[in-house]
Amino acid sequence: MNELSLHILDICQNSIQANATLIEILIDEQPASNRFSITIRDNGHGMDEKTLSEVADPFYTTRTTRKVGMGVSLFKMAAEQAGGSFTITSKPNQGTQVVATFAHDHLDRAPLGAIEDTLLILILNEAGIDIRYEHVVNDRTYVFDTRDVKQILNGIPLTDSDVIMWVKNNITEGITSIHKEESL
Amino acid sequence: MKSLEDLKRIRDAAQRKVTMRGKNDFTRILVGMATCGISAGARPVMNKIVEEIAEKDLQNVTVTPVGCIGECAIEPIVEVLEGEKRTTYCRVDVDVAERIINEHIIGGKVVEDNLIGKYRL
Ligand SMILES: Nc1ncnc2c1ncn2[C@@H]1O[C@H](COP(=O)(O)OP(=O)(O)OP(=O)(O)O)[C@@H](O)[C@H]1O
Ligand code: FES
Ligand SMILES: [Mg+2]
Repeated sequence: MNELSLHILDICQNSIQANATLIEILIDEQPASNRFSITIRDNGHGMDEKTLSEVADPFYTTRTTRKVGMGVSLFKMAAEQAGGSFTITSKPNQGTQVVATFAHDHLDRAPLGAIEDTLLILILNEAGIDIRYEHVVNDRTYVFDTRDVKQILNGIPLTDSDVIMWVKNNITEGITSIHKEESL
Repeated sequence: MKSLEDLKRIRDAAQRKVTMRGKNDFTRILVGMATCGISAGARPVMNKIVEEIAEKDLQNVTVTPVGCIGECAIEPIVEVLEGEKRTTYCRVDVDVAERIINEHIIGGKVVEDNLIGKYRL
């Protein structure tokens, strides 16, 4: 996985598997202080302490179809090889939080990549789980929240093609705008 | 910025067309989105299908990410569900995804080259 947004998509699959009803994703880019962090939080069924202590082990999984669980360990490696850190915290029946930090300018930090493609797939999740995305660059913030969109849609499904294309454009433009230099 | 006003217009237009749709003739497309699928390229495949459905204005076709389909070695996997009929494709890339839309979903003819039976012995 050569984009951080692919890891985000993958980590969120764990949240979906854990029956979360809300997944919150926070990207915080602070080039001036050489920080880049990703936080993913869910309100799913969480893990007990024993599971939590084993989760970053690539040979740990509760899957039955194969013997390795790669998602968490791959993300951890991506952070650690880019001068960063990785923590995962969890409480049974409350939820799980994953925080990965990176040195912003590290040569081995993968780019965020097509986060709009990741979000689109997350938004189309079968269980209708709500997604909140917050992206901060310096002091500028973009927020996308499916709960706001659903409120406007008033029963029209998010899966409607025109809605999906609106969502994708909104996210792409929103993220571009927070990266723009302050115009004079 | 794509404004909320645009979204409201889309909603109003969708509300008008909803009543015209039959409920039972849906085609569902599933894309395996476990770690193995994502690593093998499931994200661009799913995005391609989303775009094709929108561009070609295919009614009654939805695409949904799903977890494990149980065939890590031949991901990305795409399944097409039409009523009782299930067609499973494997090693799908963006080009094959486009063929599935054009040849199978629109043309009604299965894309033989990527049927799972050809890969699973
Ligand atoms: N958000 C979460 N909520 C509850 N349990 C979790 C969460 N994230 C991970 N886990 C637990 O940790 C295990 C390991 O996760 P990991 O993503 O590394 O592998 P996996 O999901 O089992 O398989 P893979 O990611 O390779 O498809 C999971 O099987 C699950 O039991
Ligand atoms: S985990 Fe690979 S297909 Fe299920
Ligand atoms: Mg996983």
